[in-house]
Amino acid sequence: MVKPDNLAGVLQEHPFFQGIAPSLRDLLVGCAANERFEAGSMLFRQGDSADKFYLIRSGTVAIEIDQPARPPIVVETITEGEVAGWSWLVPPYRLTFDARALTLVRALSFDAQCLRRKMEAEPALGYDVLRRFLPIMAHRLSASRLQMLDLYAPPKPAKVKKEKAEKAAKKSKGTNRSPDARLKKAKKKDAKS
Amino acid sequence: MNAPLPDPMVPVPFRIEKVRRDLSDTFTMELVPEAGGEFAFQPGQFNMLYVFGVGEVPISISGDPADRSVLVHTTRSVGQVTEALDALKPGDSLGVRGPFGTSWPVESAFGHDLVFVAGGVGLAPLRPAIYQAMANRERFGRVIVLYGARTPEDILYKKELERWRGRFDLDVLVTVDRATGRWGGNVGVVTNLVARGGFDPLNTTSFVCGPEVMMRYAAQALEKKGVDTGRIWVSVERNMKCGCGLCGHCQWGPHFTCKDGPVFRYDRVADLFQIREL
Repeated sequence: MVKPDNLAGVLQEHPFFQGIAPSLRDLLVGCAANERFEAGSMLFRQGDSADKFYLIRSGTVAIEIDQPARPPIVVETITEGEVAGWSWLVPPYRLTFDARALTLVRALSFDAQCLRRKMEAEPALGYDVLRRFLPIMAHRLSASRLQMLDLYAPPKPAKVKKEKAEKAAKKSKGTNRSPDARLKKAKKKDAKS
Repeated sequence: MNAPLPDPMVPVPFRIEKVRRDLSDTFTMELVPEAGGEFAFQPGQFNMLYVFGVGEVPISISGDPADRSVLVHTTRSVGQVTEALDALKPGDSLGVRGPFGTSWPVESAFGHDLVFVAGGVGLAPLRPAIYQAMANRERFGRVIVLYGARTPEDILYKKELERWRGRFDLDVLVTVDRATGRWGGNVGVVTNLVARGGFDPLNTTSFVCGPEVMMRYAAQALEKKGVDTGRIWVSVERNMKCGCGLCGHCQWGPHFTCKDGPVFRYDRVADLFQIREL
């Protein structure tokens, strides 16, 4: 494989912008830069202004939520061929997560202000960029929902179910007699008659 | 060929040879027939394990189908019978009926890329098929194992996954739903790994096993990648009781999962996944 020797080539090779029209690609290139992050360094931090997004060329990035006095929780990892950051598309353009390089990361970064300006001025570019971002946002929303379902968690212990059943039985006292109890009552009635 | 048992409704006594704790609530037992002999099965099949005086549970066979000398079951302790199973020790006896059900059609994937997608303890029913694929490795294109667990502590067969990952002819990708900074691997649902690809969708067979919701989404992700739904197989669990299609407890639409399943071709059951009442 011939290694791309310029930004346009790098951009063209990245799966995210696969098939983009050369005229739009050239507009994007004006806002792009090559970046490199050592393992452990931060790509961006929660709360910062979302003035960049990244196309990951190699390496792995952890999207994290910081929590006081505890290690950060990793909610997702992003790797080669994927994109990190979409807060730059949504006002007020503030980052909602931390992004940390887990390994050496090589990425194309995009100046968000520059790109937003070009997207306003050139609707075809705006449409193309949003068309590429939307499926990823939808996929990640769906994936986050699945994560929230905690599908691999152990089922609730039988004890809890039993306690619930007992509570329910107490509530419906009188209407929830066992067949034995009903039989005894019927026999008693028969004896009386 | 499977050695026929005298009567599918009569449990055969097996002795527990070894017990290994995999996770806090999951354990693997190695069993041998008390009367001696071998036990043959196809990957994906299950047995009814009978804890004397307590009850029976359907448990997938998780050992190597080429090794007939020992029967391996990985079980998660979640109910009365599985908790009783968990309490058994080497030397104890239990009853075994089986093997029952359909199997992963490993041979139908010859010449294809083979993608295993497993979630949680769903790796256990897939493991025999992975062994079989590795034993016939030259007959496949790429062989990929995609595995999703809850946390790094909940990864089943961790050492074995590490060993598989060390092979040059097997790709193993593991992801967890949640992790802290100490975990350096993937975080996210297993469908993310499917989306990343690494296989030729037009020439891929996939076996999927895990919680039903996970299987549905994994099958959709494979389909979205371009894998033919007729080449996706899933393993479905219902309330198996008799194991041979007599009692009807495990009915799932027009199927009895014990007899027509547990392994189904996805295109034949995809509609059933959408019916909430089932």
